[in-house]
Amino acid sequence: MTGVSRQGRVLAALALLLAVAVVTPHTTPFLLLLVTRILILAILAMSLDLLLGFTGIASLGHAAFLGLGAYLTAILAVRYEFGLGWDFGLVILFGSVLGAATSAVFGLFAMRASGVYFLMITLALSQCVWGLAYRWDTLTGGDNGLNLPGRPVLGPIQLSNDTAYFYVVFAFFAVSLLALYVLVESPFGKSLVGIREHEVRMRILGYNTWLHKYIAFIVSGAFGGLAGVLWAQVSGQVSPDNVTLTTSVDALLMVVLGGPGTLLGGVLGAGIVLFLREYLSTLVPWWQYVLGGMYVLTIFYLPDGVLGTLRRRLRKARITPTVDARPRPRRGQELEINGGGIE
Amino acid sequence: MKARGFCGLPVVAIALAGLTAARADADELRIGFLMPVTGSLAQIAIDSINGFKMYLDDHKGEFHGATVKFIVEDTQAKPATAVLKAEKLIKQDQVQMLVGGVLASTGYALAPVSTREKVIYIASIPASDNLTQRDADKYPYFARTGWSSSQPSHPFGEWACANGIKKVVTIAADYAFGYEVVGGFQRTFEQCGGQIVQKMWPPINLVDYSPYISSIKSDADTIFILPVGAGVLQLPKQLAAAGIIPNKRLIGAGTSFDEFVLPQMGDEVVGAVGALQYSAALETPKNEAFVKEYRTRFGKVPSYFSESNYTTALMFDAVMSQTGGKWPGSKEFLDFLVKLKVDAPRGPVSFDDLRNPIQNIYIRKVEKKKMFGYPNDELWNTIIKTYPNVGQFWTFDRAEYLKEPAYTRDYPPCKYCE
Repeated sequence: MTGVSRQGRVLAALALLLAVAVVTPHTTPFLLLLVTRILILAILAMSLDLLLGFTGIASLGHAAFLGLGAYLTAILAVRYEFGLGWDFGLVILFGSVLGAATSAVFGLFAMRASGVYFLMITLALSQCVWGLAYRWDTLTGGDNGLNLPGRPVLGPIQLSNDTAYFYVVFAFFAVSLLALYVLVESPFGKSLVGIREHEVRMRILGYNTWLHKYIAFIVSGAFGGLAGVLWAQVSGQVSPDNVTLTTSVDALLMVVLGGPGTLLGGVLGAGIVLFLREYLSTLVPWWQYVLGGMYVLTIFYLPDGVLGTLRRRLRKARITPTVDARPRPRRGQELEINGGGIE
Repeated sequence: MKARGFCGLPVVAIALAGLTAARADADELRIGFLMPVTGSLAQIAIDSINGFKMYLDDHKGEFHGATVKFIVEDTQAKPATAVLKAEKLIKQDQVQMLVGGVLASTGYALAPVSTREKVIYIASIPASDNLTQRDADKYPYFARTGWSSSQPSHPFGEWACANGIKKVVTIAADYAFGYEVVGGFQRTFEQCGGQIVQKMWPPINLVDYSPYISSIKSDADTIFILPVGAGVLQLPKQLAAAGIIPNKRLIGAGTSFDEFVLPQMGDEVVGAVGALQYSAALETPKNEAFVKEYRTRFGKVPSYFSESNYTTALMFDAVMSQTGGKWPGSKEFLDFLVKLKVDAPRGPVSFDDLRNPIQNIYIRKVEKKKMFGYPNDELWNTIIKTYPNVGQFWTFDRAEYLKEPAYTRDYPPCKYCE
């Protein structure tokens, strides 16, 4: 990876995001709503990518963080009328902190395991959150869920306006992307990649790999919580459906589809999944086959995801083949197993 | 009404002049139909769409001069997706009303959208009690053409007392619909001397009920079931395999043996009794014609889901006949709607002032027999008793009723569950 190519990639990504920000409000109202949702789930997918793509651990419990952020927002708004004005900023903060705190607790259990066992433990923990949402109906409304009183009003800006809310979401998305990018490019991020590639070697080199993974898990939870807060306000209601296994699997598939270890891959994956599921379903009744076929084809032909494969191709064209001929990391293999298990 | 509409016309025209698109073209009625077309509730969605479309096709896609644009969107049975699709229908397709939804959670998610966007939402299926009871004030653009969950349960409880049922175990899906159907039944059943001795709440979409079945109390004489989603076929089968039925009597919510699933059921459900506002075996000329036409076109008997949406279309048509095919405005449309008295396949239907239907409740018993001249023995929901013109508060005092909490997992409390 040379400096020039990274600069080029960053510029291309910036131009693309800028285009999304400028063009989206001028398309159809439905696309505006859809892109808003895509950006929120992209934050969730990116936070998962930090674990899956960079640290090499797959979590099946990411819906828990989304759910916690969403339920916190809804409960504060419905029961305490909090977060309907400028204090929405505080809700964002609380949501992220709650996500981080929960993942700090979960991490104590989950980080003892790795591979499939980690998958199982995170799944179990997120099912606990689902159980709370479903059963504790005096607080969460049970299966009926909670209806928020309406989006916050920030001075003269009414977030009930879809365009205004789109820009709020876009801003948080951009900040998240930047923060995560800085993180993965930092020495800390590089050590995560080192853990992914060869954890034992990192340990021998003197790194506290447990702590590294634990911190990555907490950071990931914080961004999951943030996504949850934004999600609660986009649909105006929160229900146990947000915390189900399907939502966790969706997040995982978005990352796998777009390309683990690329950050923007999660964004692309969120875009593809939501577009196929929500947009295509307004046009044709057989959208599920397209989505299913897409997953299968990706796992067969693009095991590194769309962006991952693209990056590998580009690198192959530039760098001498000897470098590329080194054995592929086991990450690719692991992903295939995960994907297969989910389907 | 009409006169006021004409006086207001210039004002409206001026108000709309600057806007890109007027919401209501005078003679086009745009209806957004939200259904879980994919997933475990797909059969319900198909029955519902067919019901509405049949009425529409019978009238050449027009309600008294108003061309109907019927747009179906898939909710995937997820509340968040239902909201997204509803907003798409309102903001992009500019529908004048939303119709449909199935699960209680979808109903609760869509009702606030109607308030927020000032667009009518007609719940032809979602039956969550509070939408037309304790929360009715919050949703001024909401009306129901189907039923509220506990509406058939109240008379059903009294019927159970009068027919020798003493001790009942309930196995019902763990969400609002389950609580309300069971709660309504428990209330009237225990008032007349019956006892609910055990209440179990398995999750929605469960397919293996054996842990619940093995813990059924032996002293009960009757099992009340309400499975939802994937388990509707499974639960009666497992009860029969375990020898629980026919030793104990089988009763349940009307939906447990409804025609959307009845043709796929086996003889284990013969004799099962439920209560609902419709049965395909209702012997009236109107229903017979409805069943025959539906069966010819779609190859199966109509379910209550088909009838409910057919009747919804029929009601819209009746409103448009009063406005001469013109869209009267959201509030006005609802006003027309709730004043209607229609003769539907299910029988006479009118509305109370909380916008919930008043209608006959039928006690239906599954029997294997021939009906309407069809050659084969089939399962039919034979009507064994009719309670005419039942409202959502049954014979209770409305103010008193509304003061009490809604039916939940723990309310009414289970007094005899030792």
